[in-house]
Amino acid sequence: MPALLNNPDLQFVLWALLKIVVILFGLLGVVSYLTFAERKIAGHIQARTGPNRVGPLGLIQPIADVLKLFFKEEFIPAGANKVIFHIAPMLAVIPALVTFSVIPIGPAFTVTDLNVGLLLFLAMSSIGVYAITLAGWSSNNKYALLGGLRSSAQMISYELAMGLSTVGVLIIAGSLSLVDIVHAQRNLWFVVQQPLAFVIFMITAFAETNRAPFDLPEAEAELVAGFHTEYSSMKWGLFFLGEYANMITISSIAVVLFLGGWNGPWLPDSLKFLWYFAKLGALIFFFMWVRWTFPRLRYDQLMQLGWKVLLPLALLNVVATGTAMWWVLNR
Amino acid sequence: MIPVLFVALAAILVVSSLLVILHRNPVTSALFLVLAFCSLAGIYLLLRAEFIGMVQVIVYAGAIMVLFLFVIMYLNLGHDVEGGVAIAVRRGVGWVLGAVLVVEGALLLGRGWATGPVTPGGATPPGGNTQAIGLLLYSRYLFPFEITSMVLLVAMVGAIVIARGRGPSAPAPPAPAPPAGAPAPAPEERA
Repeated sequence: MPALLNNPDLQFVLWALLKIVVILFGLLGVVSYLTFAERKIAGHIQARTGPNRVGPLGLIQPIADVLKLFFKEEFIPAGANKVIFHIAPMLAVIPALVTFSVIPIGPAFTVTDLNVGLLLFLAMSSIGVYAITLAGWSSNNKYALLGGLRSSAQMISYELAMGLSTVGVLIIAGSLSLVDIVHAQRNLWFVVQQPLAFVIFMITAFAETNRAPFDLPEAEAELVAGFHTEYSSMKWGLFFLGEYANMITISSIAVVLFLGGWNGPWLPDSLKFLWYFAKLGALIFFFMWVRWTFPRLRYDQLMQLGWKVLLPLALLNVVATGTAMWWVLNR
Repeated sequence: MIPVLFVALAAILVVSSLLVILHRNPVTSALFLVLAFCSLAGIYLLLRAEFIGMVQVIVYAGAIMVLFLFVIMYLNLGHDVEGGVAIAVRRGVGWVLGAVLVVEGALLLGRGWATGPVTPGGATPPGGNTQAIGLLLYSRYLFPFEITSMVLLVAMVGAIVIARGRGPSAPAPPAPAPPAGAPAPAPEERA
């Protein structure tokens, strides 16, 4: 046995598995309490108290919710494409979890430092479109189909602006590795040098996570519940989980790209990860704050904003950053 | 470890590619094509071509196939066209192209080629292959690169022209309210 454990390949795999388990269960636990936080914040924004009956201060509410979800009846509509109907909810969760493997949480804690980490994030967010599109199509329901089609159009449009908004950061950092990008912000956060890119990134992040004011795919007033109209029980729960996991992932990327990752004053290196969590928490609170204070955009306004405002601005930012870097390097 | 991964990915690639052409439902075919692209990306990663692998997923699996799926769903193609003259012509063309491919493959296999090491060792330049590809693309291959982007630009303009239709009968998009302080949009000139 000891001889087996000395095998470096095996050590690598075991160590990676341990990190994955820690992150996976940590993330799932955080997601369930984010739903609680969201309801509490929504309550206070609307001058209510939010859930406060289950357990002290309502803290056991998420567990009650999950139990309820598990015991709900599972329903598959007639004429649905059963296999795809089952696969779609899984696709909603997996990309968000995969992206987490490249996010540097602390100076010593990254599951893997990929030298194309940022591209992995973009790849996974482009795969995430399938969940909603396929859910809408396989349900055999016109509202679900419309929700799915809207969502694919929306996500494709906003992905472009999102990708371009990260290019400015890449030009300055000179690397696609998220760890290197964090290290490059030791003295100055990129949000100072790239304010426009940060704003564009945050707007597209709302669109990518399908949250208000860009939650067109599920617009209740027009489309019942959009792509997940026909989903029930834990399959619906997976979409919910996917939305929150996506929110955490995309906020993490925003922290890493623009807010300095785990960089921060005072704390020793071993505790720097607390900075990351503090910034992450602030961004997630921002996401919820926006959801409960802004109305939803109309569909054509959403498309206009994406193609005619955000995309040209992101391109302009790339050109400006490139010119500035050329000037700085050749001075 | 790497040979095992390669065999697994290659098996998925071959099986899913076959299912792309054998499955009757166009949506399922498209999804198997996505799976094929993803396993191909995995093989690129095994060859330490991380940049190509990720771009494979972003461009093919993430963008192009989503648009394919979009079109299939939009046209609501429940199943393939089963009869008529068109299908006979299509089958004929398919057989001819397939035969050409088989002949090509046979010729290539007959010639034989030198097999390199399973994993390329020490081939990664400093800065990773992303930097190497960028340098090559903007120096040695600058001209082909620019030509490709011109082709794409022409295709884009063409798509816009087709989508807009001709003359005043084209449906006008709903006019958005101009933001406060913005100049009034110029009236569109149509012949």
